[in-house]
Amino acid sequence: MLQINNLHASINGKEILKGINLTVRDGEVHAIMGLNGAGKSTLSNVIVGHPAYEVTKGEIIFNGKDLLAMKPEERAHEGIFLSFQQPVEIPGVSMVNFIRAAFNAKRQYQGLEPMSAGDFLKLMREKRKIVEMDSRLTSRSVNEGFSGGEKKRNEIFQMAMLEPTFSILDETDSGLDVDALRIVAEGFNKLRTPQTSAIVITHYQRLLDYLKPDIIHVLIDGRIVKTAGPELALEIENRGFDWIKEEAGL
Amino acid sequence: MKNGFVREVAEKKYEYGFTTDVETEVIDKGLSEDVVRLISEKKGEPDWLLEFRLKAYRHWLTMEEPTWGHLKMPEIDYQAISYYADPTKKGQGTGGKEQEIDPELMKTFDKLGIPLEERMALAGTAVDAVMDSVSVKTTFREKLSEKGIIFCSISEAVKEHPDLVREYLGSVVPYKDNFFAALNSAVFSDGSFVYIPKGVRCPMELSTYFRINARGTGQFERTLIVCDDDAYVSYLEGCTAPMRDENQLHAAIVEIVVKENAEVKYSTVQNWYPGDKDGKGGVLNLVTKRGHLRGRNSRLSWTQVETGSAITWKYPSCVLSGEGSQAEFYSVAVTNNYQQADTGTKMIHIGKNTKSTIISKGISAGKSQNAYRGLVKVASTADNARNYSSCDSLLLGSKCGAHTFPYMDVHNDTAVVEHEATTSKISEDQLFYCNQRGINTEEAVSLIVNGYAKEVINKLPMEFAVEAQKLLGVSLEGSVG
Repeated sequence: MLQINNLHASINGKEILKGINLTVRDGEVHAIMGLNGAGKSTLSNVIVGHPAYEVTKGEIIFNGKDLLAMKPEERAHEGIFLSFQQPVEIPGVSMVNFIRAAFNAKRQYQGLEPMSAGDFLKLMREKRKIVEMDSRLTSRSVNEGFSGGEKKRNEIFQMAMLEPTFSILDETDSGLDVDALRIVAEGFNKLRTPQTSAIVITHYQRLLDYLKPDIIHVLIDGRIVKTAGPELALEIENRGFDWIKEEAGL
Repeated sequence: MKNGFVREVAEKKYEYGFTTDVETEVIDKGLSEDVVRLISEKKGEPDWLLEFRLKAYRHWLTMEEPTWGHLKMPEIDYQAISYYADPTKKGQGTGGKEQEIDPELMKTFDKLGIPLEERMALAGTAVDAVMDSVSVKTTFREKLSEKGIIFCSISEAVKEHPDLVREYLGSVVPYKDNFFAALNSAVFSDGSFVYIPKGVRCPMELSTYFRINARGTGQFERTLIVCDDDAYVSYLEGCTAPMRDENQLHAAIVEIVVKENAEVKYSTVQNWYPGDKDGKGGVLNLVTKRGHLRGRNSRLSWTQVETGSAITWKYPSCVLSGEGSQAEFYSVAVTNNYQQADTGTKMIHIGKNTKSTIISKGISAGKSQNAYRGLVKVASTADNARNYSSCDSLLLGSKCGAHTFPYMDVHNDTAVVEHEATTSKISEDQLFYCNQRGINTEEAVSLIVNGYAKEVINKLPMEFAVEAQKLLGVSLEGSVG
């Protein structure tokens, strides 16, 4: 599904990613772990095409297509979704209008007519249940006045609406209490199919207990220095990252 | 990729910038007493109106062009403007009688989405179409006259309803009011006249569509609306102009008289040519609009969506004399590229228990400057007067400016005057969030701006609201890369 080859990227002239190689196949969930500043969020931003980051070398192939040649909105239409670490507030724009604009933009890209208002509201009701989201929230402005937990729930709700094939959860667990974490993680699991894949960025085992990733990567200083099965996350929980650094000769 | 987007947008043109090739009678440039007399003569006016014009002209000569606006005004050479341009055949084209209208003119208004044939007209809207100095046609006049409603060009009203015009013309905006009002009073050409008789609820929206076409001319329209006791009318005004390299002057006056228990809603969607992206050309929109709430419990609301003009300088105002009268001002002013706006309102509370509301939304982009200026005045007679003002500014990019100048002048201890102001910015993060969800930047700006302005847009009649929403999106294209 997604193949990253020798990816180098920088922000404000400073190189953050120094040659990332990563392959995610259909149905797989990969976790990326690492210390702050290692480049985890940079990687997710580069995949979705954030304009602040410059790709200096390498390529990303998504379902056979050159992802880096696409605008951010085209990447979204192609099925890429980012659950933001800090979702922004957009005052004045109701959740309904926002998600409908996104939903219909994707339909237009696929050559479909916009969905009727009635059908759309019905669909929203169904999808809200996945993350136990109150209708009160969807009638408010995008993320405005939402608590940290509500914002993260809203991200997974949008994911449910847009049905991406490849999702990135960027520290979706940060700022969540135990119950909210469970709801968000279970919501995500309900959306998983053998055709969908994901990258999960996290510092903690807690989220991974729910998501059960297939593969764990450790990102240090812009490079993936270790890749292993789910047991690696547990080991990191117990021993930290120093031993991996030493192993990698850093 | 970024540059591609900017280029694509920069190449987008002002949609209404075409010119109409029609034989137009334009009088020689320049302003003098003789020119004032010539305009009056061409319109076949009675002596009292010529006198009114001459008094205004002589007073104008004693005045200086004001400079207090937060604006960089280009120098206006009043002798380089032609004060009268008539695009109708043989100068016969005032008003609505079934005379022959040049097909080119019909085509022009069709192109602007204002069909002048009644069978094609927008449902429930009567239109007075004014090009340059002359009213081309007024639709649905007969149907309205069945209810005693007068809706015609002001030139015609002078001939057919001289007493009404004489009674009210200049009664809300005296010719001495300000420099541009004096100029307008001297040389005003055409505009609309509306009279709603006692107890009549006007069954359709009335609208005037103003179009500048001729080169080197100014437009000085004059609109007078009188709403008698217990009557109601909703009135709309739309404006466009061709793209020209020079600035064109538009100095209009709108006067509204609202009597006891009467209600007037006045909506403007102003889309004069704003000049090109380097600030060349564009209309100078210097307008005096004022309503006088004379009767008890009278109501007036101004709703304006201002997206066009190189310079917009106007304060649609309300004088609340009638006890218990209520006035509202809802405004969205958008400036992009090098546009400048200094706009707002004046609410003058004189009567007891009067109430006014001001909701202003400024949106600045490009290198534009956008100012809200408002006066709330409460006279000593205005017991229990209430005002609520809310002025918000939205910035797109970092090279534009937003300014707020609220003035309050309160002479009564029982009055309550509230003012709130906010400034916000469309951030890169907001736009990227939309992009990531599949919404392109243009659409995202439109979504955010319309969300921001919806409190005002919602006040517009339905068809206009849809137009206004599209216009907000189009006006801001290219404002973010």
